[in-house]
Amino acid sequence: MRIESKAQFDSAVRSAKKAAAGRKLDILVCCGTGCLANGSAKVAEAFAAEVEARGLAASVGLFTKKTGCHGFCERGPLVVLKPSGVLYTKVKPEHVPEILDKTVAKGEIITKLLYKNPATKKPVEQYTEIPFYKNQTRVAMRNIGQVDPTDLEDSLAHGAYAGLARALFHKTPEEVIAEVEVSGLRGRGGAGFITARKWRAARKAAGERKFVLCNGDEGDPGAFKDRSIMEGDPHAVLEGLAIGAYAVGAHEGFIYVRDEYPLAVVHLTLAMEQARQRGLLGKNILGTGFDFDVKLSRGGGAFVCGESSALMRSIEGKTGEPRQKYTHATDRGLFECPTVLNNVETWADVGAILEHGGPWFAAMGTEKSKGTKAFSLVGKVKNTGLIELPMGTTLRHIIYDIGGGILDDRPFKAVQTGGPSGGCLPESHLDSPVDYEKLTEAGSMMGSGGMIVMDDRTCMVDVARYFLSFLVEESCGKCTPCREGLKQLLIIYDDLVAGRGKAGDVARIERLAAGMQLGSLCELGKSAPNPVLSTLRYFREEYQAHIEQKACPAGICRDLTAYEIIPEDCNGCHACFRACPADAITGEPKKAHTIHQGRCIACGACYTACPTDAIRFFPKVALAAAASGQGGAS
Amino acid sequence: MNTLIVNGRHVKAREGAMLLEVIREAGVSLPTLCDHAALEPWGGCRLCLVDVTRNEWDGWAKMVVSCMFPAEDGLIVRTDSQRVVETRKVVLDLLLARCPDTPLVQKLARDHGIEQTSYQPNPEPTDCVLCGLCTRVCDHIGVSAIATVNRGAGREVAPPFHEAPPDCIGCLACAEICPTSCIPFTASDSKRTIWGKTFEMVRCTLCGRAFITKEQAAFYDGRNGVPASYFDTCDECKRKAQAKQFSRLSAGAGR
Repeated sequence: MRIESKAQFDSAVRSAKKAAAGRKLDILVCCGTGCLANGSAKVAEAFAAEVEARGLAASVGLFTKKTGCHGFCERGPLVVLKPSGVLYTKVKPEHVPEILDKTVAKGEIITKLLYKNPATKKPVEQYTEIPFYKNQTRVAMRNIGQVDPTDLEDSLAHGAYAGLARALFHKTPEEVIAEVEVSGLRGRGGAGFITARKWRAARKAAGERKFVLCNGDEGDPGAFKDRSIMEGDPHAVLEGLAIGAYAVGAHEGFIYVRDEYPLAVVHLTLAMEQARQRGLLGKNILGTGFDFDVKLSRGGGAFVCGESSALMRSIEGKTGEPRQKYTHATDRGLFECPTVLNNVETWADVGAILEHGGPWFAAMGTEKSKGTKAFSLVGKVKNTGLIELPMGTTLRHIIYDIGGGILDDRPFKAVQTGGPSGGCLPESHLDSPVDYEKLTEAGSMMGSGGMIVMDDRTCMVDVARYFLSFLVEESCGKCTPCREGLKQLLIIYDDLVAGRGKAGDVARIERLAAGMQLGSLCELGKSAPNPVLSTLRYFREEYQAHIEQKACPAGICRDLTAYEIIPEDCNGCHACFRACPADAITGEPKKAHTIHQGRCIACGACYTACPTDAIRFFPKVALAAAASGQGGAS
Repeated sequence: MNTLIVNGRHVKAREGAMLLEVIREAGVSLPTLCDHAALEPWGGCRLCLVDVTRNEWDGWAKMVVSCMFPAEDGLIVRTDSQRVVETRKVVLDLLLARCPDTPLVQKLARDHGIEQTSYQPNPEPTDCVLCGLCTRVCDHIGVSAIATVNRGAGREVAPPFHEAPPDCIGCLACAEICPTSCIPFTASDSKRTIWGKTFEMVRCTLCGRAFITKEQAAFYDGRNGVPASYFDTCDECKRKAQAKQFSRLSAGAGR
């Protein structure tokens, strides 16, 4: 039924809330992409079937919900029981009867399924008490994991579209922009442009036809926060877009989502249909006379299509390549009309800002970076997953308190933020607060919120090489510096990691990087040297080791590294023998093993597998030196 | 009329002009590869980069491609600032690595003091500088038979699926606009071949010379009011006929 007035909206929310409150118990099964990959769909099915079979829905008001990503992907599949707040981790379908028998029926906790705090070694019952969750503040992700993303009623019960109602019923478009201005919201796609300023420019721009666009072309390696928002709370994105459209005077919007996010496409499509049926999208929204509708535009997987002008060309049906423009999209963007393009997370923030007010949002964060920011925390960190925290949180707090520290308690080496446009920050920056300015000053950037943690077993030259290999394929190739520059940089880096580095390589890299920064057409090319320059800035000695000593200090570059077993430390456990993929290790159990250099491919699997630290790595050049030394002696 | 300062000299610019035009009219040379008078500017080769600033910008300047930056009143333009020159050299150095054997690229590089590339020369040298003129002129004509395919380092100009392009009309505009003449074609009185597609020619009903392809005639037939009979005679015979007409008229006038 369409909602056509404020009274009808209020009553729809009331009845949705009443329906939710009428249920005694909600079983929230995480069906985000990470948990789905771990088999959570089967867990949800098992719950639904078992609840049905036992007739629990009718008798105790039990309700199974497939929710979006809870964030703690490391421990999935995750199941949260509401209202008790008990979190079960790594749940399998065979656990379902036990959960219903014990926890649901008798309130008994199943300890083996609880998260165990590695610091205290104690199981934690409530998900809100787990450090990973306790330290978070969720705004853009406020409803993810709480609501069933395929159920508009459930979203309404959790406050969806309250911000839109407040904007349409109580505010003029100018007042909406003013509210967003007070909030201090800046672009969550990474560049951090002030959202209200963008909206105002589009509002003031001449032209009847205007657009609001949502950039869901998240493509940074290791980043998945936009994916989780679109999958887990599509209505937050639609609500933000509708508010933005009202503010700038647009009646059409597009969500540009990469087709590699099939679940996001399904959930967004469904959400759009539901919103239209209830009068939250389309003609005469909430009976206010405001018309706005959204179309989905599916990208073909080009990283460069996340760039503003390339994204717009792609929506227009042209080749997704950036075009040089010296006009703002807010004046001439999509189809040459005034256009506001914001990131998924930015749009998801907007509804909450309108609901709770600009000052509420501005109370969080730092002086220039307000509110909260979502990150995908990945890499060599114990608790990988999706997090959201106030701006200004230190990297140390994120990595050690929320992330639980480095995997296997190895030493921290660097954290990469901002994806291929960002940089790697060393330990000396762990205490710097995360905000737009601080990250940029440090030679990285906020980017789209990927945060890759690296331990001592990471070669920074190799990391830079990895990002170059990503970009060399993702550059569109239109402009010379980006296309040819990346190709040449990769050639230099291929040489560096293979021990063919030459004196003067660093200078050549730096000259090329400067040329690309100044000469490239779009931000992809201009920022492409950032991983290179930040590793040069903080880890220059590793470059020198690769070039001068032909050594990889981290023992990662295979052409430069050899492994050997320290006989006196080896207890002959045979673990290395089993781990070696190249049959390069021999040894009888309980006796010291040996690595045969001729067959060793220096993959490091033995090093990782050895429980007694009896394997060491050293520069491969030492092998040749030793061989020639022996040859000379004999 | 806008007034700008280019390398310290005051110059006038017509309304709507881009910087490149104004700079060249001022007698300052700027290399370009992707610019062409018949086509919209594209901004891909990055050779025409310049620094622009304004008095009120307090010394801050930005680098822009002059082919696409409007020649606004009061702009102060430098084509020879250190960073512009250095960036242009990096671009030429990279192009020389891509096209080590191409005379035009060698000359442009040499003009900027680069005899040899500092980077790895292309093991499979090409003459294609990826200026995009061929695909853009093809689009401009309305045929769009060729395009750039692949991204990044793998980008190249090609017909769809690397097969003889069904839409190509054999007009040779791509080959003729190419600054390094790297699109191969053959042309004779009876046939033309380009992009792996062979075209039969239309002969002039007066002189018998082959002057366009059948596909060209078909493509233009009916477009912008051009009648099919227009292609019965070649341009040269049309000119001759017109000259005869003129001479008849002037002979008549003198009588």
